[in-house]
Amino acid sequence: MPDQPFLRLDWIVDNLDEIGFRTLQHLEITAIAMVIGFALSMVLALLARRWRVLRGPTIGISGMLYAIPSLAAFGLLIPFTGLSLLTAEIAMVSYTLLILIRNILAGLDGIAPEVLEAADGMGLTAGQRLRRVELPLALPVIIAGLRIATVTTIGLVTVTSFIGEGGLGYFILNVGISRFFPTAIYVGALLSVALAVAADLLFVWLQRALTPWSRARITV
Amino acid sequence: MTTGSEGGGALVELEHLTKRYGPASGRPAVDDLSLTIPAGEICVLVGPSGCGKTTTMKMINRLVEPTSGRVLIDGEDVTSLPAVELRRRIGYVIQQVGLFPHLSVAENVAIVPKLLKWPSQRIDQRVDELLDLVGLEPATYGDRYPAELSGGERQRVGVVRALAADPPVMLMDEPFGAVDPIRRDRLQNEFLRLQARVRKTIVFVTHDVDEAIKMADRIAIMQVGGVLAQYDTPEAILAAPASDFVERFVGADRGLKRLSLARVRDLPLIEPALAHSGEPLEELRRRLHDADVDYALLVDDDNRPLGWVEADQLAGDGRLPADLATPGAPLLNPESTLRDALSAMLGSSVELGAVVDERDGVIGLVSVDQIAEVMRQPARVAADA
Repeated sequence: MPDQPFLRLDWIVDNLDEIGFRTLQHLEITAIAMVIGFALSMVLALLARRWRVLRGPTIGISGMLYAIPSLAAFGLLIPFTGLSLLTAEIAMVSYTLLILIRNILAGLDGIAPEVLEAADGMGLTAGQRLRRVELPLALPVIIAGLRIATVTTIGLVTVTSFIGEGGLGYFILNVGISRFFPTAIYVGALLSVALAVAADLLFVWLQRALTPWSRARITV
Repeated sequence: MTTGSEGGGALVELEHLTKRYGPASGRPAVDDLSLTIPAGEICVLVGPSGCGKTTTMKMINRLVEPTSGRVLIDGEDVTSLPAVELRRRIGYVIQQVGLFPHLSVAENVAIVPKLLKWPSQRIDQRVDELLDLVGLEPATYGDRYPAELSGGERQRVGVVRALAADPPVMLMDEPFGAVDPIRRDRLQNEFLRLQARVRKTIVFVTHDVDEAIKMADRIAIMQVGGVLAQYDTPEAILAAPASDFVERFVGADRGLKRLSLARVRDLPLIEPALAHSGEPLEELRRRLHDADVDYALLVDDDNRPLGWVEADQLAGDGRLPADLATPGAPLLNPESTLRDALSAMLGSSVELGAVVDERDGVIGLVSVDQIAEVMRQPARVAADA
């Protein structure tokens, strides 16, 4: 179809509903993966901090998961969980673990030892120390991890179109590539990039809003 | 243990404390240590590294649990309370301060009162009161983050944070070790003034013998292996070291160090022969002859010292000319340490110093000989008079 225009605006206008729906779906798959991935990472990181021997295996296994090609992951999961959202989420969650666990641990490890000694010496319980001191102080590094993991996941969600999910990936694979319709590829790709940029900015803002102390310096 | 508004200190007793890391056969970090620290006193644990002074201190708030022996605060065994509750009743200050960087100055100070669930109004009042106490204007400093403070300011906040819930006992681990010598001196003086008001029982760890002498009511000198080498007042330790180790540790200049424990006001002042310009020389000669000193002190109309006049200069009749005096009488404050007084006098040609009141009017003299006499005295100097 050599006479087809570069960008078919009329197609975009005709499919606004579908574009909106797929964008929301994209966000939904990302959000579910991030929430579950973060919760799981937090538990695993805290366990690895409590029992040092778990540290190596935790990082090692999450690193191996991270290295599995996404298409292979789907292939391995489909016999058990089928062509489903569950299959997609298992893969997405497993990709968040390495970045999140490493950043949570790095954030906690980076706290000055005297701060922890002071907390113990003043009579904070282990739980109070974690909630009131350690997690707040690790927050900048944890948010940095969330930022990278979220941007990566937004990109990866498009691949789940291979198993019938995909959010904006639907336009790229099922419309754009399958039917050789470049407009759909542009729409899917640009919106995916826009979501990633928006998520990135959101986390930058979140970090500034939640950790005003991290920018404090002597001003006199 | 009691808490209340500036409730003073508590008696702290360490009974046969031993701490062993590793096998029971190994060398202990602290070995059968017993100490009684009277309420309201500063006890300084001092010794070379590896002497177990910090371990000893940490057994009081159970950051380290003893292998054997026990710690009593006002007669109560510290293990009778859960460790976290115990620690909320014991102030804790460390060298690196350990302020929480994500909390403001006011929030840092409020931590223990919050753990103790004080009503928020009482917490706010207490925070303001404490910041005022160390000269940090609450309106200016309360909302700052630790990163916005100087080293000295951080140290002050660390001290008042430990005082927040008015604990009867404070533990301080090299609290002034990380600041430069000039600021350290100022912080030490400030802390001693603060302690004179709050009268806590303080266990203070340092490796610096001069700091120990300055801060302590009692010094516990420890040697490697956690053995107590001597426990006594600074004067008694300097006057009579119990062993070669203590003698070496306090240093060969211990005679000089004793001078920093006594103050000019502790000495009997010598009656000065005062001279006024324009008075008859003959009269002055007679007065100088009757006095115990070789020099007359020329003063102005307000009794402020101007300089010394020597007996040989007073020959003949006439009157005392205003420019006869050798200028530069060292002015000493009754609160000056004898060490400072000595160094001031050694810097002048006349071995006398003029002791002045707050308006610089002379109230008496001290001599280098008097101070040398104090150094030679084997018994204790009247330092706490």
